[in-house]
Amino acid sequence: MADLSINLAGIKSPNPFWVASGPPANTAYQAHRAFDAGWGGVVWKTIGDPIVNVSSRYSSLNLGTRRMVGFNNIELISDRSPETNFREIAEVKKRWPDHALIASLMVDTRERWHEFVKRSEDAGADGIELNFGCPHGMCERGMGSAVGQQPEVAEKIVGWVMEAAKIPVITKLTPNITDVTFAARAARKAGSNAISLINTINSITQVNLDTFCPEPFVAGLSSHGGYCGPAVKPIALNMVQSCAADPQVRLPISGIGGIASWRDAAEFIALGSTSVQVCTAIMHYGFRIVEDMAEGLSDYLDSKGMKSVNDLIGRAVPTLQKWESLDLHYKRIASIDYEKCIGCNLCYIACEDGAHQAIALVPPNGHGLGPGRVPGKPIPEIKDQECVGCNLCSLVCPVDQCITMVSVDTKREKMSWSDYQRKLAQGEIEPIPAHP
Amino acid sequence: MPISPQLGQDAAAANMADIKPRYTPQEALIEANRCLFCFDAPCIQACPTGIDIPSFIKKIATGNPTGAARTILSANILGASCARVCPTSVLCEGACVVLDREGDPVKIGRLQRYATDHVAERKVSVLKTPAKKTGRRIAIIGGGPAGLGCAAELTQLGHSAVVFEKQPQAGGLNTYGIAYYKMPPQVSLEEVAMIRQLGVEFRCGIEVGKDIAVAQLEKEFDAVFIGIGLAGSPRLGIAGEELPEVMQALDFIAQIHTRPLHEVPVGRRVAVIGGGNTAIDAVTQARRLGAQDAAIVYRRAQADMSAYDFEQELAKRDGARFLFNVVPVEILGSDGHVTGLKLARAEKVGGKLKPVPGTEFVEPFDMILKAIGEQKQAGWLKQMFPALELDARGVVVRDVDTGQTNLPKVFAGGDCANGGREVVNAVAEGKKAARGIHAFLDGHKVSGPVQPSRLGVKDGAPVGSGFDRPIRVPELEKEYFAQVK
Repeated sequence: MADLSINLAGIKSPNPFWVASGPPANTAYQAHRAFDAGWGGVVWKTIGDPIVNVSSRYSSLNLGTRRMVGFNNIELISDRSPETNFREIAEVKKRWPDHALIASLMVDTRERWHEFVKRSEDAGADGIELNFGCPHGMCERGMGSAVGQQPEVAEKIVGWVMEAAKIPVITKLTPNITDVTFAARAARKAGSNAISLINTINSITQVNLDTFCPEPFVAGLSSHGGYCGPAVKPIALNMVQSCAADPQVRLPISGIGGIASWRDAAEFIALGSTSVQVCTAIMHYGFRIVEDMAEGLSDYLDSKGMKSVNDLIGRAVPTLQKWESLDLHYKRIASIDYEKCIGCNLCYIACEDGAHQAIALVPPNGHGLGPGRVPGKPIPEIKDQECVGCNLCSLVCPVDQCITMVSVDTKREKMSWSDYQRKLAQGEIEPIPAHP
Repeated sequence: MPISPQLGQDAAAANMADIKPRYTPQEALIEANRCLFCFDAPCIQACPTGIDIPSFIKKIATGNPTGAARTILSANILGASCARVCPTSVLCEGACVVLDREGDPVKIGRLQRYATDHVAERKVSVLKTPAKKTGRRIAIIGGGPAGLGCAAELTQLGHSAVVFEKQPQAGGLNTYGIAYYKMPPQVSLEEVAMIRQLGVEFRCGIEVGKDIAVAQLEKEFDAVFIGIGLAGSPRLGIAGEELPEVMQALDFIAQIHTRPLHEVPVGRRVAVIGGGNTAIDAVTQARRLGAQDAAIVYRRAQADMSAYDFEQELAKRDGARFLFNVVPVEILGSDGHVTGLKLARAEKVGGKLKPVPGTEFVEPFDMILKAIGEQKQAGWLKQMFPALELDARGVVVRDVDTGQTNLPKVFAGGDCANGGREVVNAVAEGKKAARGIHAFLDGHKVSGPVQPSRLGVKDGAPVGSGFDRPIRVPELEKEYFAQVK
């Protein structure tokens, strides 16, 4: 069995699955339940000077019958006192000495940062996470994303923290920024031991069409909420990879954003994360989801002959390159398995109206149309010459492995856009004719 | 002993309650989200009226049930009753690609009911008739599904339609002859009310040929549509048939639709003679109204029954008995009331089923229902329209696309022209005939066939879609494959 334990900048954890700073990490009771269920770490709900929360706080994006595909909140940091939070951290740490317990902090002045770092250490926390990300409420008071969005401010505050910190410090980044690597570089420059990302994204999930007030609403008004859940995963993966690939960052990463399964976790790890943090999926289904995450990741590592999580970290980072290095001479085209086709013709209309008009509807000509039993119904046929290999038909096809993309040997050597530009400049080749 | 009602009000109502209750909004949303929204979907092709099923299901999924009902009713004015009575497993749901993918089709019928109930309950009118009328008047003989389909379409095309119905209420078998647990008569009457609201005039209780002459219709109206359905079951031709507890299965069902359920007389032991869907409707409703024993008596084997498999299953679940390969030879009586049925084993002699002498046996019954198929209307048709062409079966010969008969002003559709099929076929034929009449009167065609294709229409036929081929109806498939070969 693969070794699931990790060490993120000195923070040791029996597995890479951490409860992210948020409502599931609000109390000792929840932390005990999380560790009991199998989570490797808990990042405590952000501790800071006392705040007051509103009612209501959460809203979601539902798709069809799927609930909470996306999720947002206007809840602030912990509304419990720092004393209570640090006392409970100490309690939890005592009972779970081998698990990772990280204090998430958000305060304003240098003195307060020094004080809270000290109190975290005194409570026995294994590390500190700096919340530079919350995009609602706290940012209006100069904290949260207001810090994360200005690399120079972030750098200054990380510097304050590093003056005091004896335990590892993770800087949590906001995605509400044009290029997240600038904030990551600032954290690195100021001495942060690791980064975590992404925090939530500015959002409005839905507008009530009767009251004309977005959700969640508070006495007839709403506010921009922090967006998370499965729908943000692609954005998070992109930012994680960007940081992992940036030679000026070079920090361990704790990946966050829409993780709900071992597969999601493996993708984040493959793109450079050492640990992964989960919040929305726990809010949806409870702590028990970690059972499958741990088992699934372990089985996956075994199936790939990997001895530990470390073997997977960053494995997919180098395969993401600039567009200009992609091979212009590579070609793939769609291929339909008529034994599987059920005749929905979604591929046809998607290609016809939405892409490149490379699928025809033709008489069945003896093709059985798979299990489809509609006599004489026309079937989709790929026009090989027109197909640009865009993938759309295979994406809309509702049957697994019915439309696959098949590589075609173009018998041409690899030529990227940069190669092309160079060869053009040197007069080696003629310009490629424009698509008709 | 004469027969009498068997159950009290509550028990009868409970037994006859909807077997497929309406979806809740959440159930509808979940089911609607199973639809893949196929392009030129097979379910549309399988629907004789060509309802754009993926579109209406999409509208349910987006929270627009009124729009869904508009899509349904603009293609099929009897969308509410068809949602309940269509044999969906051999039509739309039989063609559903989700059935191919996961073995369980989208429940199109129940979604259709959800949408049509939504507007029926709120009295939302979703259909419009043109402000400018053509001034053309069409007489519709028969207020059943074919006549209603024709009248509603004509009205939407700007013509005036007058329906002549001999029964006190229009709707035909939808009002009087559907198993109550599938659809109570109110649904049909609401449909009639909706069609009346569109502007169709109803003259109920008027029998053409008796109360008004055909010649007068031909004089007063620009065209005539015949949608008179079928006549009752033929006589068995055996002794005892005149006893009071011997009746047509359809008359028994009509009683269920015109009297309070707990006042419908039913035997303690009921025999239903026949092997079709009407026989099933009769045997199940006899059981549900309290018959201790109810049996299908059929002269052939189970495999030969024309009743759909799912109907046979329903009868079994309702505790009906089946007596196969037997023919009735005599209805026994005492004191002027039915006491039993003498049956004999059936055997084929020279292609005809005959009772085998010496195999007779008696089963005790106190009610006999005849469901041995309805007769064609040849007699009435010959009398009223002497020059009208009928085929050897006594069915009106007409152009299947336009409904036009050999008499240019006379059109026909429904059971009297197709020999007896589903409600949805009758509505579709009424709708096609309305378009035929429209073309005949105004000299132009309504664009598009009954089953539309999003690919468009070329030379009157949908482009490359095979859309004019109804499918999943076994005999039509057979016909289709014969043509292909």
